[in-house]
Amino acid sequence: MQVPIMSELAARGETPEVLFWVGCAGSFDQRAQRITKAFASILERTGIRYAILGKEELCTGDPARRAGNEFLFQMMAYQNIQILNGYGIQKVVTACPHCFNILKHEYPELGGTYDVVHHAEFLQTLIDDGRIVLKEDGGFRGKKITYHDSCYLGRANGIYEAPRKVLQALDAELTEMKSCRSRGLCCGAGGGQMFKEEEAGNTRVNLARTDEAIATGAKIIAAACPFCNTMITDGIKVRERESETEVLDIAELVARSI
Amino acid sequence: MELLQQFAFVLVTGISVWLFNRRIRGIRRNILLGRDHGLTSRGSEGWKQMLLLALGQRKMFRNPLVAILHLIIYVGFVIINIEVLEILLDGILGTHRLFAPVMGVAYTGLINAFEWLAAGVILVCVIFLARRHVTNVKRFQGSDLDGWPRTDARNILVAEIILMTLFLLMNAADTLLQGRGQPGYTAHPTGNFMVSSMLHPLLQIWSDSGLIALERTAWWLHIVGIFAFLNYLPWSKHLHIILAFPNAYYAKPEDNGRMENMADIQREVLYAMQPELAPTGSDTGTPKRFGAKDVFDLSRKSLLDAYSCTECGRCSSGCPASQTGKKLSPRRIMMATRDRLEEVGRLIDREGEFKDDGRTLLRDHISEEELRACTTCNACVEECPVSIRPVDIILEMRRYLVMEESNAPTEWTMMFGNVENNFAPWKFSPEDRDQWTKESS
Ligand code: SF4
Ligand code: SF4
Repeated sequence: MQVPIMSELAARGETPEVLFWVGCAGSFDQRAQRITKAFASILERTGIRYAILGKEELCTGDPARRAGNEFLFQMMAYQNIQILNGYGIQKVVTACPHCFNILKHEYPELGGTYDVVHHAEFLQTLIDDGRIVLKEDGGFRGKKITYHDSCYLGRANGIYEAPRKVLQALDAELTEMKSCRSRGLCCGAGGGQMFKEEEAGNTRVNLARTDEAIATGAKIIAAACPFCNTMITDGIKVRERESETEVLDIAELVARSI
Repeated sequence: MELLQQFAFVLVTGISVWLFNRRIRGIRRNILLGRDHGLTSRGSEGWKQMLLLALGQRKMFRNPLVAILHLIIYVGFVIINIEVLEILLDGILGTHRLFAPVMGVAYTGLINAFEWLAAGVILVCVIFLARRHVTNVKRFQGSDLDGWPRTDARNILVAEIILMTLFLLMNAADTLLQGRGQPGYTAHPTGNFMVSSMLHPLLQIWSDSGLIALERTAWWLHIVGIFAFLNYLPWSKHLHIILAFPNAYYAKPEDNGRMENMADIQREVLYAMQPELAPTGSDTGTPKRFGAKDVFDLSRKSLLDAYSCTECGRCSSGCPASQTGKKLSPRRIMMATRDRLEEVGRLIDREGEFKDDGRTLLRDHISEEELRACTTCNACVEECPVSIRPVDIILEMRRYLVMEESNAPTEWTMMFGNVENNFAPWKFSPEDRDQWTKESS
């Protein structure tokens, strides 16, 4: 796979249709890299002219801001906006709901206004427009899949249906957890929690959520966020369910079906 | 005698309105202690939200059964207060059932409707008392309700039952006296009312003078009870009956998941990056404290939130931290904020102005541990029926901890260092950011 880098496109005087914002998890985390690659492969297959920033991309500053470090956030935002505006970027797609939320809602008042979409909506549009044609039987037909709502996609942005529509397009049997959609239980990673030990309690948030997912009897737990993915994958390991339950991103599910 | 009653009535009314007004002004003053943002005009969008969320109670309908029960109390409360208007006028003018001759049969119909509502309210209050004290509804068991909050919730339900019972007793005695041709009651015959007439068998054996005494006592207790209720309200979680309205008006649901920008810091970073833009000479004004250590540092909307909280605990039922036994409970965050604000208000009442009392919202009321446990998942905001955002207070206080006290768990300090130096929260070389493109998939 040849992934187009923005600086190279610009050097050739080309502009992409959409900039793929990979995010830190998608760039560095081994599990999340597989999601990134799956999504990039879909972009490549559909012939969409896209690019990534590559080494020029920096952390959006989301974990710093939510932990309370506004200085650091502002520094990251300033630099990212300089780069994005410098390239004249109009449209951004990302597979990370945290990047999505902050780019969409918190960058504009700092001077960075783009048309930001999350890959769940992006994939849904591609499927609806017929730009992605899914295999007759991609191996998910009738399979029980449950979807875990990411807080920053769901409650923060009201995106509940797009990821579910993508799963329905796979002909899978979608089953819901005890708490779902606007009532969905958090995976425990947001607000900087991913980067520190949890406070004392009677269980971990990711285990509480994983147990809800396991209770559905689904063989596949679909997520649309690299952090949720990590948290629930960890939960599955603790519950020793790795052999029967898989945690997959919607992009991976789609990539396997085309 | 008549005149004495009128005089007493006007006096009682005057005192209770004066007390109520004083308290409301105190609350307003306390809310205005907050930072001047969050309470900006919302125009038609605000009115729409008020209609939907406060009047229409839309969020309550996430649980339809409870919503309907609550709606009965709410409608009962609002509509029966129309009847208070008549009581007020009767009391001042020394009349009896002033509206009866004017409205004719419509009057009987209206009072019948009120009576059914009153009966409904009594029933629902009994159910709610049972829900709180007999069945195990988890959100009512929390230790954050121990003491006054639990008593407060019970007081109100009991008060409603008493007020409604008095209303029915009053009508029962009145209509019975009409039937017996007692002068003073026959002037405007209303006929029997549907619910209170069921009490007639109990009262049949009473003498005329006994019934008159009962009717008068019930009338007086009912109205004095309503005045007492009016003045209890602003000291209780039941203030939400009033404040849910402005709170819905000012709420910004489109901002769920969005953090308030800190323009001061944005500017500082800009000048650091592009020194040529920095103004020369002395800087502008005194620097504000970053984030929130005390109630003065919170937005006025957050303070209004604190006074609007009904202590229902829906936020904490949805909170991942509360659900997994962490110390954090968003309901407690709201209650603690109000407690501190009340503490500050009392101090100002006493001293004439705020003097440092060696206490702050942070640590004396809300611990670091609670603040740290929040995942910013927004469940508390989503669940709250009265448009409160507990997460805003938590995030402002985190800002204070990190930026004013450099107080963060070591893992966060490391994460900050990584973001600053490696441009990612983990310790990877920025050179490797596009490494994945070179590996096969
Ligand atoms: S945003 Fe924080 S306080 Fe609110 S429900 Fe989520 S974890 Fe709890
Ligand atoms: S903040 Fe809202 S949901 Fe939470 S206890 Fe108060 S009124 Fe209920």
